[in-house]
Amino acid sequence: MTKALNGEEVAKKITKKFPGSIAAADKAAVVVTRKSLYQVAEFLKNTPKLDFDYLTNLTAVDYTDYFEVVYHLISLKHNHSVVLKARCYDRDKPAVPSVVSLWRAADFQEREAYDLMGIIFEGHPNLKRLLLWEGFVGHPLRRDYL
Amino acid sequence: MTLLEQFQLWLGSIWPGWAAYIVPAIVGIVVVLGFVLTMVIVFIWYERRLLGRFQVRLGPNRLGPEGIFQPIATAVKILLKEDIVPAKSDKVIHWLAPVIVFVPVLMIFAVVPFGERAILTDLNVGVVYVVAISSISAVGIYMAGWASNNKYALISALRAVAQMVSYELPVVLAILGVVLMSGSLSMTQIVASQKIPFLLLQPLGFVIFFLGTVAEMNRSPFDLLEADSEIVAGYHIEYSGMKFAMFYLGEYGHALAYSCIIATLFLSGWQGPLLPPIIWLVIKVMAVFFVIVWMRSTLPRLRVDQLMAFAWKGLLPMAIINLFIVAAEVLWLSEITPWLMVAVNFVFAGVLVLLWSKLFTLGGGRVEV
Amino acid sequence: MLDIRCGGIISEMAIRTEPFILNIGPQHPSTHGVFRMRVTLDGEVVVDVEPVIGYLHRGIEKLGETRTYTQIIPLTDRLDYVASMTNNFAYVLAVEKLASIEVPERAEYLRIIMAEMMRIANHLMAIGFFLNDLGAMMTPVLYMWREREKLLDLFEMVCGQRLTYNYMRIGGVSHDIPEEFLPALKRFVAEMPGFIDEYDRLLSQNEVLLARTKGVGILPKDTAINTAASGPVLRASDVKWDIRRADPYSIYDRFDFEIPVGTVGDCYDRYWVRMQEMRQSVRILEQAIAQLPEGEACAKVPQLLRPPVGEVYGHIEAPKGELGFHLVSDNSIAPYRFHIRAPTLINMTALKDMAIGWKVADLIIIFGSIDVCLGEIDR
Repeated sequence: MTKALNGEEVAKKITKKFPGSIAAADKAAVVVTRKSLYQVAEFLKNTPKLDFDYLTNLTAVDYTDYFEVVYHLISLKHNHSVVLKARCYDRDKPAVPSVVSLWRAADFQEREAYDLMGIIFEGHPNLKRLLLWEGFVGHPLRRDYL
Repeated sequence: MTLLEQFQLWLGSIWPGWAAYIVPAIVGIVVVLGFVLTMVIVFIWYERRLLGRFQVRLGPNRLGPEGIFQPIATAVKILLKEDIVPAKSDKVIHWLAPVIVFVPVLMIFAVVPFGERAILTDLNVGVVYVVAISSISAVGIYMAGWASNNKYALISALRAVAQMVSYELPVVLAILGVVLMSGSLSMTQIVASQKIPFLLLQPLGFVIFFLGTVAEMNRSPFDLLEADSEIVAGYHIEYSGMKFAMFYLGEYGHALAYSCIIATLFLSGWQGPLLPPIIWLVIKVMAVFFVIVWMRSTLPRLRVDQLMAFAWKGLLPMAIINLFIVAAEVLWLSEITPWLMVAVNFVFAGVLVLLWSKLFTLGGGRVEV
Repeated sequence: MLDIRCGGIISEMAIRTEPFILNIGPQHPSTHGVFRMRVTLDGEVVVDVEPVIGYLHRGIEKLGETRTYTQIIPLTDRLDYVASMTNNFAYVLAVEKLASIEVPERAEYLRIIMAEMMRIANHLMAIGFFLNDLGAMMTPVLYMWREREKLLDLFEMVCGQRLTYNYMRIGGVSHDIPEEFLPALKRFVAEMPGFIDEYDRLLSQNEVLLARTKGVGILPKDTAINTAASGPVLRASDVKWDIRRADPYSIYDRFDFEIPVGTVGDCYDRYWVRMQEMRQSVRILEQAIAQLPEGEACAKVPQLLRPPVGEVYGHIEAPKGELGFHLVSDNSIAPYRFHIRAPTLINMTALKDMAIGWKVADLIIIFGSIDVCLGEIDR
């Protein structure tokens, strides 16, 4: 059974290495600040006991005050999983560092989040629209689109 | 003295010289073309029903009993279609290409013997004629691919040139083995010298010739010119209407022509007990075509570099070795009973095929970019 | 540029070539749907592949936000329209996880029977069309279609539909099976291993198949894990990860089955893994039919379900890979956010790695071996 790691314990480990990077943590998920997302992700991937080498899912949710990017990570070796989140409060140009250089699985999923939600992933090599055509104006999946 | 020449001689005693020459020629051509076109229609039906049977289904069986009017319906459908010519294509070449693909196919039948003296023209270099004419179609295919102004057609045209040129060599060398054994280049002589069919006397030559002609015909597993799943109909992607009908008939005409050549060179042509010669020829041609359709329905297709490797590294060396063996046998063994040659040849064929299948690698692989 | 020095000595003869861009366009017999690849070719060698998708984008995620939880089930059918049962299964599993709903035993068994039948049907189609891309002229397709038709008839017996089933419901399944279903299924399960042997005999040692697929399109193990490949694509690259074993959902822990794993990760391994998975699915079906209990087919769930506030990520092992649904609920009758983790979209990330350096013909079969369905890539 894939053990869903307790978010608070993972948050403790992260705070030891990168103090001040946790915005919130509960049993289900760890919320990190935008700026520290890349380092925390790298830490989660490369630390021996954690070894999160498989990025299962990358989504974005539009809570009207902020955008939340959700990362579901699994470790194939230890068979445990964790949920990582990052929030951006900017409505016009929400930006989050890209994790493509850590997990290539994020390639198409970040492009889709950019396309449908408008979140800019800094450092993505090819951030173009994926599902909609190039001249499309707007980001349909936002709550205020239609 | 063929039947045609006899007819000309008889007519020459009644009519003026030029009429006595032209009229039998026209009659002969009409008869041969009638045979060819009828057989092409039969082949279309035969292939579709056979393919259906190989694929666990019935073939077309709605139009006419057992679907025999299906090819006619297909032909009518194709003829009624609009003739679309792409805007930026080379119009003259686009129009000329189907002609150049189709006409050589018809010309091959001038030297196919349908009976003991029933042949349109008994050229004493019949084999050379066949080889020469059959390579003109490659030019036509390349013209079709180039003139369509379409990248898919271009890829197909380039593959066509490579494929057809490289398979000419093993085919010609295999024919040379037959020529050595029968001692003449004339098709009637080759048939006459086959007391035992050359299939038994030269199994290796037969296999090489058969595979080479299947490749020349662009049939599976060598049909990467018109690979439906990759380049969507290849060189005839921009053709519709009558021009496409020429390509379509040309493909089956090719199959018929090469089946007739195989039957003539290796299966002792029209010879056979009891039934009239033309019936024997048709039976043999249908048998050869059955094997060709069987190969088509069973095997996936080869990639272009594997195809070339098969021709140059597989068939060509074996064809050369076969030629040496046949030459040696004709020199030393032809006085002894030919059944000895059969046994020796089968042994050689078996050994060579086994050896080659161990040593031969279907080339190509990943290229560093 | 031909630079021939006068005097007849050819000094430098360099023929300038340039790569050209071919559009293996949305309309193509072998792209398994409306899918476009902009391929840069140098002769016949593929230098670059850029997939362009979105031709079938219907906005299912946005539609999901304005439909009730039960109304979304027919929408999920149309994701991977070839294997609709497993789409339904993943979705209702996610909702039940979110709302903590218990599913009766009989319904669990029925769901697993349907899911494994769907897996067999999907793999039959995947292998058949993989061989069609290779050029085998529909013959393997039609042999496999014989069995697939039997499966589709069984599905029609259960829910009246052959393609988009809409069979699973939150809390169970929509109808209980009719009486003629189990005997027909038992007959199918009894004869299926014989048919799989027939396909094996026809295909697995075919010289041309081996020459075309062995060593072609290798996906190395690290790349597979890094690009989050899943399903047969991942397992062919020597990674033993199957969600039915690693994170068992429903009652998969009661069944005894093996997980076939490939060695190299080439096209032949992907084909082989799918063949073996069909055998294992037949095994699971035999056990499920034997253990099927009596009971209800669906739990009592309110018409307009209002799950508590929260979010869930529910995933299953669909035939094409890991299909997951990320649902965010705000205690209303429709989800706040409905996201679909499509396996084939993510499997396609590695297409460039697998295809560069090979020829056009190989590109087509590498793409065919990933087994995509555009409905789920584009959503």
